[in-house]
Amino acid sequence: MKAPALEFHRPDTVQAALAILAEGDGAARVLAGGQSLVPMLNLRVAFAETLVDIGAIQELAAIEDAGNHVRLGASVSHARIEDGQTGDYFGGMLGHVAGNIAYRAIRNRGTIGGSLAHADPAADWPVAMIALGANVEIAGSNGSRKLPVDEFMVDVFTTALQEDEILTAICIPKASPKLRWSFQKMRKKAGAFGEAIAAAVHDPESGLCRVVAGSSAIGGPQRFTLLETALQDGDVDDDAIRDAVTRTIGSLGRYETQIHTVCLRRAIEEVRT
Amino acid sequence: MTIKETGVGASILRREDARFLEGRGRFIGDIEIPGMSDVAFLRSPLAHARIASIDTPDDVADRVFTAADLSDVKLVAPASKVPRHRIVAAPPIASDRTRYVGEIVAACIAPTRAEAEDLVEMLAPDFEMLPVIASMDDALSEDGPRLYDDWDSNVSMETGFDSGIDEIIAKAPVKVTRVLDMARQAMVPLEGKGVLAYWSERDDQLVVYSSTQSPHQIRTALCQALELQQRQIRVIAPDVGGGFGYKAILHSEEVIVAALALKTGRPLRWLEDRFEHLTAGANAREHRYEMTAYADQRGRVLAIDAKLTTDGVAYSVWPHTNGFDAIQASGILTGPYDIGGYRVRTQTVVTNKPPLSPYRAVARPGACFAIECTMDAVARAVGRDPAEVRLDNLVKPEAMPYKAITGKEYDSGDYPACLRRAMEMVADAPQTPAPGRLLGTGYAVYTEHTAVSTSTISHIGIPMMPGFEQAAALMQPDGSLELRVGVQSHGQGMETTMAQIASQVLGIEPERVILRHGDTGLSPFSTGTYASRAVVMTGGAVAAACDKIAVKLREIAAHLMQCETANVRLEEGLLKGPSATMMIAEAAETWHFRPYELPEDVLRDGLEVTGGYRPDGDKGPFAYAAHAATVSVDPELGTVELLDYVAVDDCGTRVNPMIVDGQVLGGVVQGIGTGLFEESPFDDQGQPLATTFADYSLPTAAETPMIRLDHSETLSPYTRFGVKGVGEGGAIAPPAAVVNAINDALRPLGAELCAVPASPKRVLGAIFDAQDRAKADLETTK
Repeated sequence: MKAPALEFHRPDTVQAALAILAEGDGAARVLAGGQSLVPMLNLRVAFAETLVDIGAIQELAAIEDAGNHVRLGASVSHARIEDGQTGDYFGGMLGHVAGNIAYRAIRNRGTIGGSLAHADPAADWPVAMIALGANVEIAGSNGSRKLPVDEFMVDVFTTALQEDEILTAICIPKASPKLRWSFQKMRKKAGAFGEAIAAAVHDPESGLCRVVAGSSAIGGPQRFTLLETALQDGDVDDDAIRDAVTRTIGSLGRYETQIHTVCLRRAIEEVRT
Repeated sequence: MTIKETGVGASILRREDARFLEGRGRFIGDIEIPGMSDVAFLRSPLAHARIASIDTPDDVADRVFTAADLSDVKLVAPASKVPRHRIVAAPPIASDRTRYVGEIVAACIAPTRAEAEDLVEMLAPDFEMLPVIASMDDALSEDGPRLYDDWDSNVSMETGFDSGIDEIIAKAPVKVTRVLDMARQAMVPLEGKGVLAYWSERDDQLVVYSSTQSPHQIRTALCQALELQQRQIRVIAPDVGGGFGYKAILHSEEVIVAALALKTGRPLRWLEDRFEHLTAGANAREHRYEMTAYADQRGRVLAIDAKLTTDGVAYSVWPHTNGFDAIQASGILTGPYDIGGYRVRTQTVVTNKPPLSPYRAVARPGACFAIECTMDAVARAVGRDPAEVRLDNLVKPEAMPYKAITGKEYDSGDYPACLRRAMEMVADAPQTPAPGRLLGTGYAVYTEHTAVSTSTISHIGIPMMPGFEQAAALMQPDGSLELRVGVQSHGQGMETTMAQIASQVLGIEPERVILRHGDTGLSPFSTGTYASRAVVMTGGAVAAACDKIAVKLREIAAHLMQCETANVRLEEGLLKGPSATMMIAEAAETWHFRPYELPEDVLRDGLEVTGGYRPDGDKGPFAYAAHAATVSVDPELGTVELLDYVAVDDCGTRVNPMIVDGQVLGGVVQGIGTGLFEESPFDDQGQPLATTFADYSLPTAAETPMIRLDHSETLSPYTRFGVKGVGEGGAIAPPAAVVNAINDALRPLGAELCAVPASPKRVLGAIFDAQDRAKADLETTK
């Protein structure tokens, strides 16, 4: 369980990092906290000839209050978010999500940008960021672009990121103090990936209203637009949710249907009460 | 300091802790031998395949070794006296056929592990897939594939016992049947397996460092494999970070590394990593118990009729074979209860899975799970409290020593008092469930034959025969004491407890005693550390050796005091004669440095002795305990939270009560793992599905409540100081207690779980089944 020999770079600017990536011609990988990539390299299930460690790029570690949104550099660690360094514009939601990712040792190194870019279907941030209507900033050799997180997440372990691009920041529109949120994570034990994750968010002031679930079983984060109306307008019962789960995801096993339904219902109930 | 403060019964701090806590331990991974290379293995990616060919690039061929290169290595075959027990020893490297994912196909040598793995990747093996036997059901399928071409079935061993129960069955008003499943699991010691070997020209010896619990056993096996004399191999177990049985077997890697060190003349090392441990390493269990209890209207169990099926995997490990689970479980299935009728049939089958190793308490957690869940089912059937039903069924203290229907003799104890104490402790700390959660409490009681006896093993005939146990003791000129023992301490705290035993006998401070262990070059022979035996066997031997030293010291003192030896007493470390008192160190110093003060014929054989222990009549002490778990179940998600855990145990005299607490706590947490989390599943092609800790769930501090302990001390009549073993016990009861607690919680839903680990999927499955039954009932009544 040791990685093959590889080239290691630790540039201090995004430009330098992009140049190395371009040179790598598809065989270079960006290393952020390394909490997923390094074990995968060691297990030899992921490969890289070159690693571009973005840990020394100061601007990527910045947390910025940018008027109508909060801008988190891609290499901001889960632990910094858990500790409240982002400021609280989301009723404590960011800290709650961060604090329940894996274990503190992993949170100390793992980053929000790394989590989004890795696109593990069971990861927490994709669900939370889609629920909050966040966007990602992407830098490439041909300039930079911005994408909503739900468009950025393409598939299981697949994002919209090109080989020569780096995810640089996550911009989360500030919510009003009236924001209500719920983040339900069902897992086998503390620190484990969620078997089912559901987030519900409702901000009557901004009009943000989202219901999102994620897990390996359902192939990553999914918006449940059918339930978003229900969240605002009226009652929803288990049958309606089970129906929405089937209609959104297709048929699942009885266990998977049950845990996703319950997590979604609890999330919606918590927001509504 | 008095003996009371340092001897048997004192909770002194562990002497080994400082080096471990400060990172100064010396494990295999810390040992550097000049010129050492690392070994990595090409392992079979398929569960059952024919090896057609292995292509090796020419430029690396001298660093790659296959079965053909080890053709002169002799197969180390386990043996069994069980009639018709078919066992197959694993070849160290598969030659023509692989029978489990992870089986070694080639060994690669390079200066570092990473480079050795690079070599592995350069090999191009060609496998032809064969049909896979991925489960016990596959193995027993009539028209399914056979693992061994010359066998008529996949059954490796069948055993049975029948006390004659037909009359009891005919009269019993209550009959309860349950099928109980225990999953396969990994053992996950903190330090993985490891081995390092090199030839020492000066000593004319192969030196083998191995992370093992049984250095002498490994030496015996390697001597057989390599056809060397026993004097030509020295096995050293340095600091070992946990064993749990995983390190009480011969691993193929030990044979390969030793053989290749001889062949290449280079120091070689292999360190197991977690991926290897979880996918290719030996794992444990996978039992199915079909239990039928016959009882009276009050739940007094009259007879047990059981069928046990165990997954006996592809090959038999040395020395234990693949039969130990079935043999042990069927021998103790009536548990701590007075049950008058017992019938059992066992079946051990072969499958395409990695080796099977005994794991802490071996089959006892499974047997306890089976009988204790059955006991709860009986209580439900007769509408009584399960704890009360247990009290009616437990062996009574006045019946001790009690001969169980299985032939085992329970030596001592008050089982009902132990359970009552656990019930009191549960009542003392009532729990409240969160809204929407169901609360339940479950009990489990066990009795455990510790320090496995000679007859137990000789009867099944495996090549590991515990019997005489010895300790060497050398008193140094300054009165400090060196003890050398053949067992190995890998978490038991023996460096402390054996020093306490010496302190008890000789009155010297534990700080003046050192225990040397785990090295065949230093100590008398021992079969090693397993079966909760060290404090009984080695503790007895250390005490016997110290007794001999005491006599010698009194002889020296008698000469110096000009009195009879019989008139010199050794008390609190002082030699007291009728008219004088002297320190032990003075006597030791006189013999070493001032022989002119002693007559020529006194103590010609000096102050170095070997003391031995073997229990009279081959009798073993039975430790026992009552555990109680309280859980909160989320009936919508199937998640279980452990709110409280109580363990009341009796291991006779506790040499160091703090260390006993540590053993029980650690065991309970491992048992919680078995009960709630740990599982090594395989798919229908025999591929392991839990390959990293992301999938293999271990309990952590977050899942563990404050475990509340209490103890009683019923001294064993058969052992020195009245001790009983305690290394395994904590792990026995938790699966049963946890599942009984869950079923207590699920009672309002009419659901019952009959399998571990109690994962959310299994708990919800039990609830779904109850819902389906209710629905079907409703439809029939319509």
